[in-house]
Amino acid sequence: MDELREVTITPDRYTTYHYAGASGDFNPIHLDDEFAQSVDLPGKILHGLWTMAQVARAQTDVVGDPLALKSLSVQFRGMGVPERDITITSKLKSQADGEAVFDCEAVQDGNKLVRRGKAVLRI
Amino acid sequence: MAHSDTYLVGREKIREYAAAVGEQNPLCFDVAAAREAGYEDVVAPPMFAAVYKWRAMRPAVLDPEIGIDFSRLVHGAQEFTWHLPVIAGDEITTEAAFVDEAKRGEIRVYTFSSRSTNQRGELVCEGTWTNFVR
Repeated sequence: MDELREVTITPDRYTTYHYAGASGDFNPIHLDDEFAQSVDLPGKILHGLWTMAQVARAQTDVVGDPLALKSLSVQFRGMGVPERDITITSKLKSQADGEAVFDCEAVQDGNKLVRRGKAVLRI
Repeated sequence: MAHSDTYLVGREKIREYAAAVGEQNPLCFDVAAAREAGYEDVVAPPMFAAVYKWRAMRPAVLDPEIGIDFSRLVHGAQEFTWHLPVIAGDEITTEAAFVDEAKRGEIRVYTFSSRSTNQRGELVCEGTWTNFVR
C-alpha cells in the first residue's frame, strides 16, 4: 500500500444533474446558476456527498473492491464547482490486522472541499 | 424524535447511482460478475448509504420541533461505518434521530444519527450527519 496517493477527478458540466437524479437531491443550488447566485454562491455547486463519494472511490479503487471501505468520515468546507479539477490526497497513517487507515482531503483550485477525512480500508 | 423509513434497493438504481459517481467496478453493474463473487445481485457502492438513508433523515432534519432554517443549512460533516454489503433486492430500514445541538461562535451545529438494517434485521450501516446553520 503506497504511503501517499493522489488522484484527480474533473466533474463535467452535467455531473450535478446526474447526481441529483441518482440521489434525489434536487436542491437548486446544485442545478441552477441564477438561483445559486441569489443565495450568494458563485454559481451552481457540487453536492458534498458526490465529493465524498469521490473520496470513497479514491480508496476502494486501489484495492478494486467497493466493499473494502469500513468507515469514512469527512468535514465539508469549501464549495466545489463543476469543470475544475479536484485532487484527492490520501496519506497512509497506520496499517495492522488487515486494515489500513488513511488521512484524506479533496482540494479544488486551492480550496479544501473536504478536510480531515479519515478512511478505514480492509486490505 | 426518531424517524424511520424502509428503502427497497433496486438494481437499476444502483447502476444509475454508480454511474453518477463514476464507480466502474463490475460488482456494481454486472449481475454475472456480482454472482461470481458470491452476491445475489449487483452491489451498492458504499456511499449509496446517503441515498437509502435520506428518506428517514430528511424528516428528522426538517422536524419543526428542532426548527432548522433549511435555507441556511450547510452540510458540515459526515461519517459512515459500513458493516455488511447492500445488494439489489435488499430492503433497508433506517432509523434517524436528532442527537444534539451546540453553538460554535455564530454557527449552530445540529447532529443527527442513523442506523440502517436489512430485511434480516442485520446492521448494515451507521451514519452521523452534522449540519451547520449559518
